[in-house]
Amino acid sequence: MLQLTCPCCGATGEETEFHPGGEAHLRRVGPGASDEAFAGYMFTRKNPKGVHFERWRHVYGCGKWFHVARCTATLEVFGSYRADVTAPPPEILARIAQRRPGWRLEDWTGESAPGEDVDGGQGA
Amino acid sequence: MARYSAFAIARQALNYHQGWERAWRSPEPRAEYEVVIVGGGGHGLATAYYLAANHGIRNVAVLEKGWLGGGNTGRNTTIIRSNYLQDPSADIYELSRSLYEDLSQKLNFNIMFSPRGVLMLAQTEHELRAWKRTFHANRINGIESEMVGPDRIRQIAPILNVDSPRYPVLGGLWQPRGGTARHDAVAWGYARAASDLGVDIIQNCEVTGIDVTGGRVSGVRTTRGQIRTRKLCLVVAGHAGVLAQMAGFRLPLESVALQALVSEPIKPCLDCVVMANTVHGYMSQSDKGELVIGGGTDGFNNYTQRGSFHHIEETIRALVEMFPVISRLKMLRQWGGIVDVTGDRSPIIGRAPVEGIYLNCGWGTGGFKAIPGSGWATAGLLARGEDPVAGPFGLERFTEGRMIDESVAAAVAH
Repeated sequence: MLQLTCPCCGATGEETEFHPGGEAHLRRVGPGASDEAFAGYMFTRKNPKGVHFERWRHVYGCGKWFHVARCTATLEVFGSYRADVTAPPPEILARIAQRRPGWRLEDWTGESAPGEDVDGGQGA
Repeated sequence: MARYSAFAIARQALNYHQGWERAWRSPEPRAEYEVVIVGGGGHGLATAYYLAANHGIRNVAVLEKGWLGGGNTGRNTTIIRSNYLQDPSADIYELSRSLYEDLSQKLNFNIMFSPRGVLMLAQTEHELRAWKRTFHANRINGIESEMVGPDRIRQIAPILNVDSPRYPVLGGLWQPRGGTARHDAVAWGYARAASDLGVDIIQNCEVTGIDVTGGRVSGVRTTRGQIRTRKLCLVVAGHAGVLAQMAGFRLPLESVALQALVSEPIKPCLDCVVMANTVHGYMSQSDKGELVIGGGTDGFNNYTQRGSFHHIEETIRALVEMFPVISRLKMLRQWGGIVDVTGDRSPIIGRAPVEGIYLNCGWGTGGFKAIPGSGWATAGLLARGEDPVAGPFGLERFTEGRMIDESVAAAVAH
């Protein structure tokens, strides 16, 4: 059972008070994007085993959306932060760095991950 | 491999059962294999078996980080059915169901396949219409299924509360040839038969890295050393994304916890599988008498193999409403597994973005029923480079917008 704190109204509650909204900080690609880029936005997910950022909604409370930083391997919650940001704020990253030394935000965003441009055999 | 039979049991009885040989070999990993399959669950072992049996490719290793069938193969609720809506699903699940029918004979291992029938209830008008549509699709695809009314449902499952005040049972989709099998035995049967054909099954061997040379897979690093291969097949369910990351790509998957539980054993009271998607629960009775119960997944990413308690509570609440006779039963065991769910609730069988890597993942909440068909199709893909059954399930369907949408068709449970 997760315990989350809503950064909007300040209430702490069990997960039944909230509703999960999937991976955070997805960036929608423009109308001119390639099919691959759109499929990436639409379907491809980071799905990490470890630190993850995700959206939640305080459905049985103030009703607001917000973000949560959480570990998917231990269910540890690192903290929650407001919805109108495009990246985790420094205090959340500091908290994660304290709990998970060696973890880097690039591990999650995958910006330095190799092989993203690899396009091997398609069609099965 | 000594064959199992009634005579073998009698012969061994004379020797106080001291003479049984190990069911499969436990070899040290070799330096190189033609095909390396990561994941010693049902799908991985079936793939290895059909590679050897159908295509004569025996230079194959199956790497398992724990023990055989210790993941989702040993954690599911053992339901086998094929009454799916979409054509590609009908092909693979019906192939699978039909392979289950004589699998015990083929593998010479009793997998206890029991075609006891699967009843999927319609408890709203919308669900009734959806099942009618599925029923017609099944007819066109040659899958035996039947729409049944409340009176017939009373006969099929007498303990079911058909006149429930909140969600009365309006009808159901009945697949008489569906049923259950013993899930561990499916893994063990495939392992024994594959090992006998020369496949190396290596347990306690966790993959820690994937070597990619010039855009092509060259081998895997494991806790038991490096293994070279030109063909790598990832069949690891919940951890598919973790292995994909080792090879430098990402998948359209999310890993979530799915839970199941069993009651204390009671006398026979339910001789089929009942699935109720509106209230979100399904139940059958095992040969030991335990009621085997499954529900829905959690909504958030999770790798811990334990889910949220409120989901079990909801499942039990729904089933008590439908089967009032079970309200005094104690629950014996509860467990969770990590399932990898795709956006369209259909699996991924096909090539990965890195050459030489093949994927069999994304079975989500309904992989057990598909084990034989999935192994058959994946073996075809590995051996010949293409397979008619696997074809539509490739990763490229997400880019092409060619979904095999079973999420709406199946509502929740698989």
